[in-house]
Amino acid sequence: MLYEVLIPATIMGGLGILFGTGLAYVSKKFEVKTDERVVQVREVLPGANCGACGQSGCDAFAEAVVSGVCKVNGCPVGGDNVARQIAEIIGVEAEAVEARTARVMCRGDLSVSKVKFEYEGINDCAAAASLYGGPMACSYGCVGLGNCVRVCEFGAITVENGVAKVNEALCTACEKCVAACPKKIIVMVPKSSEYAVNCSSLDRGNIVMKNCKVGCIGCGRCVKVCPVNAITLKNNLAVINPELCTNCGECEKVCPTKAINRHRSQIFANVG
Amino acid sequence: MLFTKKATFRGGVPVPHWKNTAEAETLQMGVPSKVYIPMLQHIGAPCTPVVNKGDTVKVGQVIGTSDKLISAPIHSSVSGRVTNVAPMVVFNGQSVMTVEIETDGLQEVHEDVKPPVFNNKEEFLEQLKKSGLVGLGGAGFPTHVKLAPPPGKEVDTLIINGSECEPYITSDYREIIENSWNILLGVYTLVDLFGFKNVWIGIEDNKPEAIKVLSNIAAKDDKYSDVVKVVKLKSRYPQGAEKMLIYACTGRKVPPGKLPADVGVIVMNINSVSFIREYIRTGMPLVKKRVTVDGPAVKNPANVEVPIGTPIADVFEFCGGFRSEPVKVLMGGPMMGVAQYSLQYPVLKHTNALIALDEKSAKIPPEGPCIRCGRCVDVCPMNLMPLHINRHSLHGDVEALEKYHANDCMECGCCSYVCPAKRHLVQSIRLAKAQLRQAATAAAAKGGK
Repeated sequence: MLYEVLIPATIMGGLGILFGTGLAYVSKKFEVKTDERVVQVREVLPGANCGACGQSGCDAFAEAVVSGVCKVNGCPVGGDNVARQIAEIIGVEAEAVEARTARVMCRGDLSVSKVKFEYEGINDCAAAASLYGGPMACSYGCVGLGNCVRVCEFGAITVENGVAKVNEALCTACEKCVAACPKKIIVMVPKSSEYAVNCSSLDRGNIVMKNCKVGCIGCGRCVKVCPVNAITLKNNLAVINPELCTNCGECEKVCPTKAINRHRSQIFANVG
Repeated sequence: MLFTKKATFRGGVPVPHWKNTAEAETLQMGVPSKVYIPMLQHIGAPCTPVVNKGDTVKVGQVIGTSDKLISAPIHSSVSGRVTNVAPMVVFNGQSVMTVEIETDGLQEVHEDVKPPVFNNKEEFLEQLKKSGLVGLGGAGFPTHVKLAPPPGKEVDTLIINGSECEPYITSDYREIIENSWNILLGVYTLVDLFGFKNVWIGIEDNKPEAIKVLSNIAAKDDKYSDVVKVVKLKSRYPQGAEKMLIYACTGRKVPPGKLPADVGVIVMNINSVSFIREYIRTGMPLVKKRVTVDGPAVKNPANVEVPIGTPIADVFEFCGGFRSEPVKVLMGGPMMGVAQYSLQYPVLKHTNALIALDEKSAKIPPEGPCIRCGRCVDVCPMNLMPLHINRHSLHGDVEALEKYHANDCMECGCCSYVCPAKRHLVQSIRLAKAQLRQAATAAAAKGGK
């Protein structure tokens, strides 16, 4: 009876000790040297694995930074803070990163813009847009079925009354929504920029007015009043260059349809 | 010669026929007060308008041309004055220039309209290009391009598609009954020019009268009776789809991603052949089209020949208006037709039917989850697995879409028709194709860098 227990226990225990020593030896002998800096860099990264840096994830980015493939400010999600920490780890000078955010260049929600037809089909902007340009009367504006909402890993986008809105406090500038939007109306702007023409319509003014109350009709008044010439009018649409814009707000005052409006969420975004 | 063996293909669904207008003789519709002629009525590059606001135009005058290879010129279908040239969003979401013409009711024919002169194949194709003919079966592929396959591809067989497998539509059938000689003479012209060894005219067995008429005429001419054969096809949707028809008639299979010319076949619609004959006789380009107007909401279902560019509303009015409030108006048949959002939308070159559905028939049942019954796989004539393509396209998994050959789908709608969960299978496959296109352009852009 005693032997029936003892013998297998000894054999198993012996094998355990044997394999354990073997594994310990092999792991020491064939150890892969990892750069300590890669581990440190990985720790300071946000860890969303969003791929905005162009690498397959945060691990890949950490390696790429240490080996010099990516710049220390290559992570748009981490922004300035992370860039500085990475620079410290690697021991280089960090360039300043301008915090950016996504913005939807359409304000045409259901209260101000017209609907062309009732859409019955799969819940996907691209699918709806391939039918006569989508259910909204304006074929340039937001479809409102939320492709951008579904790709956003940070919960920064919501569809409110038929038009997508970005919560700039949550946006990390990963640009996934920019790629997901079939109408290409989501653009990246610096967070410091407060004014934008929130319209993407290239239609002529009379058609814009028919379809939507807050569209850009291409009147060009903003172009005339801008003291720093930051606004250009092309294909019936005014565009503000955020690099030149000084946030003076003159354009908002003259815009007849209020397509130009100030992003007031900005005030709260800075706190976060 | 009549082939009595019933030819068919694998898959498909037995759809109801509802050929209510089969015995309705084609009515000629008068000239509407205004026509809207978009510069894209075919597969390929859109045309550029060559007329301006204020110009006067005549019937058959060229109003849009393109120097691209795959394109077809567009002609005015009426005489009158151009009142506007403005962009209009067409069904695929593309914004194309559209010529708006106010008619004067005189229907004066343009000086350039005269019977074409040609001595050989090349000259014939040159002349055919000027006629603006596109595949009248529904896809609208320019015929002069189709008839000129790239060098190295030997085409020995011509298939004339008269199967008309969609419910309601009878515009091809009326062509066979009313212009049977035109069809055969058109076929003989093509045989003489291109030297086809076999010509198959495929007609579904729910149109016995058409089969009888055409095979009788085909047997009359000794020279061609061995070449031209009328095939009785089994009535099964989508019998009229190009690849299905080729298999049913010749037993040849078109490999994925290839064209019929790769297996030595060209497929043409019965109306296109008939038009070729008419064009050779009169020189009048493609300016009018027979459309079947039917559906539960239409008062007097009919076959109507209308000038291209006529607003749908005018055509329905000609047919006595609506019996009940139309909830959905389809351009094309109920299986593949595209719903229209405005009755101001014009009839195009390849429009073959206008179907108005009432509230009951237009109702779309709510979509449920896939129960994996596999019926969509059973009926898919292209041997695809729509359920998987549907799932992967909704997740945007491009690699999996490639694996399941989403691009081979011809969007016949059999899967959506049989799906017990009423899933929007075809629409998601269409989306899958767009996703694949997008991925391909993105990959090309990346490679370019």
